Amino acid sequence: MATTPRRKPRSAKSSEVPDTEELVRYYRDMLLIRRFEEKAGQLYGMGLIGGFCHLYIGQEAVVVGMQAAALDGVDTVITSYRDHGHMLACGMDPKGVMAELTGRIGGYSKGKGGSMHMFSLEKGFFGGHGIVGAQIPLGTGLGFAHQYSGDGGVCFAYMGDGAVNQGQVYESFNMAALWKLPVVYVIENNKYGMGTSVERASASTALYQRGTAYGIPGAPVDGMDVLTVRDAALEAAEHARSGKGPYILEANTYRYRGHSMSDPAKYRSKEEVSKMRTEHDPIDQLKSKLLELNAIDEAGLKEIDREVKVIVTEAAEFSQNSPEPDPSELYTDILVDA
Amino acid sequence: MPITVLMPALSPTMTEGKLAKWLKKEGDAIAAGDIIAEIETDKATMEFEAVDEGVLGKILVAEGTEGVAVNAAIAVLLLEGEDASAADTAAAPAPAAAAPVAAAPAPVASAPVASAPVASAPVASVPVASAPAAAAPVVTGAVEPFQPEVLTTTAYTLTDIPEKTYDKFVRMTVREALRDAMAEEMRRDDAVFLMGEEVAQYQGAYKVSQGLLDEFGPRRVIDTPITEMGFAGLATGAAFKGLRPIVEFMTFNFSMQAIDHVINSAAKTLYMAGGKMGCPIVFRGPNGAAARVAAQHSQCYASWYAHCPGLKVLAPWSAADAKGLLKAAIRDPNPVVFLENEILYGQSFDVPDDPDFVLPIGKAKIERAGKDVTIVTYSRMVGTSLEAAELLAAEGIDAEVINLRTIRPLDVPTILASVKKTNRCISVEEGWPYAGIGSEISAVVTESAFDYLDAPVRRVTGIDVPMPYAVNLEKMVLPDAKRIADAAKAVCYKA
Ligand SMILES: Cc1ncc(C[n+]2csc(CCOP(=O)(O)OP(=O)(O)O)c2C)c(N)n1
Ligand SMILES: [Mg+2]
Repeated sequence: MATTPRRKPRSAKSSEVPDTEELVRYYRDMLLIRRFEEKAGQLYGMGLIGGFCHLYIGQEAVVVGMQAAALDGVDTVITSYRDHGHMLACGMDPKGVMAELTGRIGGYSKGKGGSMHMFSLEKGFFGGHGIVGAQIPLGTGLGFAHQYSGDGGVCFAYMGDGAVNQGQVYESFNMAALWKLPVVYVIENNKYGMGTSVERASASTALYQRGTAYGIPGAPVDGMDVLTVRDAALEAAEHARSGKGPYILEANTYRYRGHSMSDPAKYRSKEEVSKMRTEHDPIDQLKSKLLELNAIDEAGLKEIDREVKVIVTEAAEFSQNSPEPDPSELYTDILVDA
Repeated sequence: MPITVLMPALSPTMTEGKLAKWLKKEGDAIAAGDIIAEIETDKATMEFEAVDEGVLGKILVAEGTEGVAVNAAIAVLLLEGEDASAADTAAAPAPAAAAPVAAAPAPVASAPVASAPVASAPVASVPVASAPAAAAPVVTGAVEPFQPEVLTTTAYTLTDIPEKTYDKFVRMTVREALRDAMAEEMRRDDAVFLMGEEVAQYQGAYKVSQGLLDEFGPRRVIDTPITEMGFAGLATGAAFKGLRPIVEFMTFNFSMQAIDHVINSAAKTLYMAGGKMGCPIVFRGPNGAAARVAAQHSQCYASWYAHCPGLKVLAPWSAADAKGLLKAAIRDPNPVVFLENEILYGQSFDVPDDPDFVLPIGKAKIERAGKDVTIVTYSRMVGTSLEAAELLAAEGIDAEVINLRTIRPLDVPTILASVKKTNRCISVEEGWPYAGIGSEISAVVTESAFDYLDAPVRRVTGIDVPMPYAVNLEKMVLPDAKRIADAAKAVCYKA
């Protein structure tokens, strides 16, 4: 599958200011996720995507900022069903992702997994999991494998503010701390788990402190500001990579759309949503910063817009032209031939 | 070229919807992200955002129109520089309204709560097949050839259970029937409460608990964190102490997080306590495949739970089943696993209009009488089997369709009586074949009515693969009317 090679392995320190090229790349990566998700929403409306489809719009700065600390070809990422942004940020091919959304053979799982279930060993992306919280022990296991093989890698294991109340999260925290596993747990606190606000679900809402009992350091971070996320990510990854054990980051963020396509989101006010959109949008914020720093001009931004639009349009076309899986595919991939 | 705006699909099961309201009028400028209309789906009223910018050239479907098919043209958007006449040429005629959208569930009337709370009232009309004493059980009639060791289990109904008949009916959806059953039992007994994810303020992820928070308040309708293992265990503990929890799993797929408590804590306690302490609890929620939600969200757990002594397992099809059985489950002094089906929630059926309506647990229902072949099935597959029976009728085969309603204890007398009449039997289920409910039916029929069979029992099941997402593959997995009819013909040697 063709992908866009665009990330260099890096060993940046959080104290270092990212160079212009890097800043522009964050902008482009976030914009790609935004436009990709808008297109996915549109294809859902046309009936080309079915079932559950959870959009990442509003949360782009989290995964893009975190990936700034990832070592390409070594580190691993695992998350829940709200996974399209993570896949794109890992460098997976938008065509393959979109074609999975439409259930076609050209999709990452040959159309058999759908929106919630995609994987790419090459890009270090381990899914795509539908059971809330289940990815956390799995991600802890990826960390275990990094340590076991001594490859120097770190696993970035993402969960929502709702998932953070699952018992298996704490079983994982204990083992990760006990064995000093290289895992960065990223809690994407978008304020709601479906229709339930954090306040209605969590006895303590300082989610970054959830590892305190296990001695796991934790920090809150403004998840709407990609540069803040990047700095925190570098520090957390450095901690985990150097053998000090797991780290917890609570990224405070927001999802603009409903939980999934069928959620009317009546549990929050229009003002709350529009305040986040107008005052904290991660893409708008970075755009202002880029212009302020003279890192790019309006023409340059337009060019990125255009480039992203082409990628998304091509992905959408591919996802509609790729054939449905052959009926014989129904019976394959149950077990590996041995 | 003007852009045709199409009716969006806004939920996994939506095929049509109501165009409730236009928020823009013809001639209005529209920016991407503007909310242009409100659309009512089968579950909720949703806002419809514009993806493109332009001017609303023409509205093709008037607001208030029901049954607008997904992907029907609803409006035309003019791009910069285009004039209104372009809209006319672009406008394809909107398809006429199809079937009316299922009515939204009526709000629960705030009826008075029964004066005295009835503590754990046993239901007289539900003769529970209880574990027999050490002495060999005396069994009569239909089940005589049954294996002796099997007779000592609680897995089967062994004698005929009488069922009351009713003559007044009201039509309601399965969703409303479930809600009414819970509301009636909560009015009747203060010990009954509902707990689960999104059951209260959100009114249920699938709107089954609509109105319950309003009527019963947050003491009895309780939103939980996403922590199935925790709240299933908590509710089981509360049941030890005499409360009567109804635990909603948002879907049964998530009950796997909690299955240890369902089986190790709820099902086995009465036995481990030598009968001193039991666990009156209902675990309910949608089970089986919905639509396009892939492997981790589309699985039938009937055979998982039916395997376990100490549980009763119910799987309603119609709204009457849903109401009568859920009431019986709540009143039952044992742990009951109550398997609903998301696709059935919006379907309407006649339900007895009687405040005392309740159905006996362990009693199957003959939905269609026939003489040539017996089709034993449950839940959503009852409807599919009835369709198959029509296909068969057209070919001169008269099928009898048995709706199990209860999976455990299995109504052996009803199945055997039917097989002795038809001499042929197939089972139909959504779940996988291996050790499925069909395997059990086949074993029971073979053990107890072998001499009556003119052909081996055949199982029609979901295909033995995890549920695929792709639409064409998904269609191949679950039994359809043709597959069922083919199996029935095969056992009639008419294939
Ligand atoms: C074990 C389990 N329980 C319930 C669900 C249904 N469910 C899917 S997403 C979700 C909310 C999760 O919220 P959060 O963790 O905050 O993640 P977000 O959707 O906000 O990204 C729920 C309850 C599930 N998929 N798995
Ligand atoms: Mg959340």
